[in-house]
Amino acid sequence: MSAISDVAVITRRQLLLLTRVPEVLIFSTIQPVMFVLLFRFVFGGSISTGQPGGYVQLLMPGIFVQTVAFTLAGTASGLAEDMKKGLIDRFRSLPISQSALVVGRTLGDSLLNIVVLTVMGVAGYVVGWRPSAGLGNVALGFLFLLFFGYALSWVGVLVGLSASDARVVQNVSFIVTFPLTFLSNAFAPTTGMPRILQYFAEWNPVSTMVAACRQLFGLKNQFGATAGSFPSEHPLTTSLIYMVIIMVIFIPLSLRKYRNASN
Amino acid sequence: MKSVIAENLVKTYDKGKVRALDGLSLDVEEGTVLSVLGPNGAGKTTVVRILTTLLRPDSGSASVAGIDVIKNPEKVREVIGLSGQYAAVDEILTGYDNLVMFGELYHLGKKKAVLRANELLERFSLTEAAKRPIKTYSGGMRRRLDLAASLIVQPKVLFLDEPTTGLDPRGRQEMWGVIQELVKGGVTLLLTTQYLEEADQLADEIAVIDTGKVIARGTSDALKKQVGGERLEVVVDQVNVAKTMEIVAAVSGNKASLDEGLRLISAPVSTGSAALFEVLKSLDSAGIHALDVGLKRPSLDDVFLSLTGHAAEEKQAEVTEKKRGRK
Repeated sequence: MSAISDVAVITRRQLLLLTRVPEVLIFSTIQPVMFVLLFRFVFGGSISTGQPGGYVQLLMPGIFVQTVAFTLAGTASGLAEDMKKGLIDRFRSLPISQSALVVGRTLGDSLLNIVVLTVMGVAGYVVGWRPSAGLGNVALGFLFLLFFGYALSWVGVLVGLSASDARVVQNVSFIVTFPLTFLSNAFAPTTGMPRILQYFAEWNPVSTMVAACRQLFGLKNQFGATAGSFPSEHPLTTSLIYMVIIMVIFIPLSLRKYRNASN
Repeated sequence: MKSVIAENLVKTYDKGKVRALDGLSLDVEEGTVLSVLGPNGAGKTTVVRILTTLLRPDSGSASVAGIDVIKNPEKVREVIGLSGQYAAVDEILTGYDNLVMFGELYHLGKKKAVLRANELLERFSLTEAAKRPIKTYSGGMRRRLDLAASLIVQPKVLFLDEPTTGLDPRGRQEMWGVIQELVKGGVTLLLTTQYLEEADQLADEIAVIDTGKVIARGTSDALKKQVGGERLEVVVDQVNVAKTMEIVAAVSGNKASLDEGLRLISAPVSTGSAALFEVLKSLDSAGIHALDVGLKRPSLDDVFLSLTGHAAEEKQAEVTEKKRGRK
């Protein structure tokens, strides 16, 4: 019981931080919205999709997934910052549940994702995104996105607690998330890639997530080299398996790291 | 009763290459203040981290308020307060927000946490700044807030790791005032510092540590005695230096030494103020106007330098010389 209230206090702290520094919230929503506009109007015209509604229908799930993937960087740099300031020591010397700080942090980052995804959804709607599936499926898609962000947030915990410097964390996180989001079906169909990359791109968890969201939003996925393989046939299940694997590996590792954290 | 006991603590880093603690033992009597004094890298922070459950030693044992630090870290956390080298408070949040948050984490409940926060803000003269984000605070204010956060529930033992490092002289004075108040209130305190003056001001007992071991301990007076008695010091104009050296040597019965830059002549004395009187008289009858005359007790600086040996060879030599002189 007290563990839950500890987590709640930490999560509330994070929301309080957002109200005190609204810039963080503004910039973490401006960037994805900017991506929506850029991709929609810069590439949208030259990528022919064969989908009713045009490129923006394919693009939105891609950008949603990319955005929640960046939760990894957000969690990591937040924790690295706490570590640098000695806050982690303070929390660890308190008689509270030893996982409260990190659990609270991951939940807080997920709540931030709700706000960001909402703003992006609205921006998408403005530029022509119209999911053809029913409301229930669309909601399920967003739930999936949040869950994916949550799982990656635990990778961020490990990165943040392991890094020596907050600036290093930013770089490491981007080096991990950028190739993953671009070597995928998020922004362009994989069928144009060299064959070897197609395999990587289609098994990539980002791709399976994008494919899962597209499916839930009522689109048909295109697969190249791996057409007929398990991830192409079952993107939802594959994504779910990926998320469980990520959490099974990274939650215990991160908690252990936290217990032994030192400056 | 001993509130803190550490026995033979060993902690190595980098696979044994760096020995941060090398068989360190210390204890703190309940209701007293122990200052752990040492240079950077002596192992001060490592001791505090072990005693506050943040770090496990490679070997050795430790207890706080009778609770084993290694076996029962959760129980230890309930009875300690820690204020570290950095002001570990959230810079973006206000002072009030920080204290309420920590109060809630101590399971006081919202209402009591708010009450306690206001009480502590008042006590540490932070009420006016309560609703401002910490990043607008001065260094001294941050440390005070950090200290307040470690006092939310009356801790049985308080650990302060270099509480005034990085503060300007005024901030340091303020912090000392606050700590002295706490000490009057009867808290058991383990304080680390690299400032000898701080240890002198605040502690009942001092443990001097170097390279992971306690190399001396005792009261400030006892440590000073270890180095030797008082010194007579006279500063005069350049023209009078030679003559004054003779006078000082005569009064002291020992060879006088000279700091040429300061034109400071000094020699060990055993007769205290009588020697002072005598030297003034002799200077006066020689027609020498002294710019400064004084009796100087050895400072903790002297103690520290002579104990650790760093840059203290000269002083050590003088001490031995004086002992010989007394024979």
